[in-house]
Amino acid sequence: MKYLSEYRDPAIARGLVKRIRARASRPWTLMEVCGGQTHTIVRQGLDELLEGAVEMIHGPGCPVCVTPLEQIDRALYLAAREDVIFTSFGDMLRVPGSHCDLLQIRARGGNIQVVYSPLDALEIARRNPGREVVFFAVGFETTAPANAMAVWRARELGITNFSMLVSHVTVPPAMTAILDAPDNRVQGFLAAGHVCTVMGWTEYEPIARTYRVPIVVTGFEPLDLLEGMLMCVNQLEEGRYDVENQYVRSVKREGTPRARGIVEQVFRLVDRSWRGIGEVPASGLGLRPEFADFDAERRFALDSIRATEPAECHAGDVLRGKLKPMECPAFGTRCTPERPLGAPMVSSEGACAAYYNYGRYRSTAAAAT
Amino acid sequence: MATTMRRPTDPAPPPASSIGPGPVCPVPLEETQRVLLGHGSGGKLSARLLREEFLPHLGNDILAQLGDAAVLRLGDSDIAMSTDTFVVKPLEFPGGDIGSLSIHGTINDLAMMGARPAFVSAGFVLEEGLDLDVLRRVVRSMGRAATEVGVRLVTGDTKVVERGKADGIYINTTGLGLLDGLFRPSPDRARPGDAIIVSGPIGRHGIAIMAARNALGFETEIESDSAPLIAIVDILRNTVGVETRVLRDPTRGGVASSLNEIAAASRVGIELDEESLPVPGEVGAACELLGLDPLYVANEGILLAFIPESAVGRVIPALRAHPLAAAATRIGCVVDQHPGMVVLRTAIGGTRVVDMLPGDQLPRIC
Repeated sequence: MKYLSEYRDPAIARGLVKRIRARASRPWTLMEVCGGQTHTIVRQGLDELLEGAVEMIHGPGCPVCVTPLEQIDRALYLAAREDVIFTSFGDMLRVPGSHCDLLQIRARGGNIQVVYSPLDALEIARRNPGREVVFFAVGFETTAPANAMAVWRARELGITNFSMLVSHVTVPPAMTAILDAPDNRVQGFLAAGHVCTVMGWTEYEPIARTYRVPIVVTGFEPLDLLEGMLMCVNQLEEGRYDVENQYVRSVKREGTPRARGIVEQVFRLVDRSWRGIGEVPASGLGLRPEFADFDAERRFALDSIRATEPAECHAGDVLRGKLKPMECPAFGTRCTPERPLGAPMVSSEGACAAYYNYGRYRSTAAAAT
Repeated sequence: MATTMRRPTDPAPPPASSIGPGPVCPVPLEETQRVLLGHGSGGKLSARLLREEFLPHLGNDILAQLGDAAVLRLGDSDIAMSTDTFVVKPLEFPGGDIGSLSIHGTINDLAMMGARPAFVSAGFVLEEGLDLDVLRRVVRSMGRAATEVGVRLVTGDTKVVERGKADGIYINTTGLGLLDGLFRPSPDRARPGDAIIVSGPIGRHGIAIMAARNALGFETEIESDSAPLIAIVDILRNTVGVETRVLRDPTRGGVASSLNEIAAASRVGIELDEESLPVPGEVGAACELLGLDPLYVANEGILLAFIPESAVGRVIPALRAHPLAAAATRIGCVVDQHPGMVVLRTAIGGTRVVDMLPGDQLPRIC
């Protein structure tokens, strides 16, 4: 399988693990920004292989995990309306809102369709002129160009029954929020390769300089991640704090100007709440005023739907790396993958769900020896 | 572009939906009072439905064993009985159709208990307006599948429901088979030291169905593996015999869910070796693009066999001589650590837990 097996070669991977272990004169704490990277780390058990040399804190880059409760509740409200076809990426369906999730709304008669692209949602709108079609636009800079393109096309085609519930977030403000926290433990970042494919890495250069923290733009395959970790550890050992690019087969310093262009034409920076982190200034994307007709929040007057995060859920501390999932009092008791209190227990790449499985295994393995 | 504008003009708070009384769903998450699609996924939700809704009212010592088929004593004979309902969409797909599938599915469940299938019943729910040509093709295919494996369809029933109340054809089949001798594989008989063998490549049925639904958004040549497993079981009967401890066809929920059920029933741990998993290139590629895990994708023509490690050497060549098991291979073993849990050793040397899914597998965003 071209471009898959090459980046999963076990022998090369084991070699990289050895080199990281040899290079680390002390344990370093790194954060992988993106949920896709977390998924690979957990799936391959990379964190276990590097125990004692590199500790990975799972970053906030899981769109499922950081979409605020309020937006989920608004999605649930829209999906329950009779005149709406609600469209979404698959893994948003099980994210708990204040009272239920999209799967349950669907069981109660809501018309909810899983799509792989916002353009599919636009096509649904074209074929159902009598229904309002809403797309749940979540994610980072990676999904923003396609979402921007869908809005652009809707205007071009004169499709007026299409709108977006936008909950876009951007990576750099989240990184600075983490670094600004007084108890921050992160010493280096693996930046999200696909975000940088769109955006490039110029905006990370001031962060690396200001906070004296190495940032390595990293891909998603096991070898990408291990190489990114090695580059990061090298910088830490040498006392450097540069932005380096591991993901050279995809990322250029300036990103992809055409993709950035469409994002800039359709979206603007807005303040955005992050689940568990709270409001971060200028950390999200919202539709520009000239596209306000496509904004589901305005179209359906959703301002009245407000929500507060359950106090029992410490997702924020987990997302910032302050708390290990297992240290949360609700972990594994009041909060499990079947009955999650917060989003990190929902997504397969959420830190809590990952630890739930891994931790159960580790504790039974320890008990057996 | 012909579109009609239906936009709420009232800026006041949105009207309550007819689906729920409040502005958002009023049901607390932990108290689902409705059936979800996930209840039919073969994962944890399915298990809970069975445990909490069915067993308290319908349970008895035979049902409680929860095997692929019930083992019953009738006069002097031990027989196995199994029932299965087929609601696959589309009705015809690359590699099979709902007719042949409804035979294969039920007789395979009998075969997994070590029984030789003999009789089958069929119940049809047909939707008003169904094209008779489709029905004819499905029934013909069903007849062929039954003849091929030497079972006879001896009783049946047909109901027709209004258009829109069903999806073309639903079929329920029940099978009866005879057990002979001591060959009694069972999900609770796995023990540490057993080897786990899979008879063929994994994930083909589920991906073929997704492709046939145009859910993939790209072309694939993959065909469903729908096939009768009686001949494969016979090979195990002849080479391993009574030491064949567990047989399971990993249908809904895939290899991962089946192994979890066996680990729980036998109170043992299971260790899988990632590198040995036979994932066809196209299945792997489709899963990769869609963010799915082939371990949870449905199969309809392979089986998992738990046998003593010492038998692996003679079983694998015997299996590979049969066209339906040409890719048979050892994928893992039973251990006495982490009872009830399936752990996968990755190619790189890390480990991860392969858990039951709560419900359906959901594609990931990134």
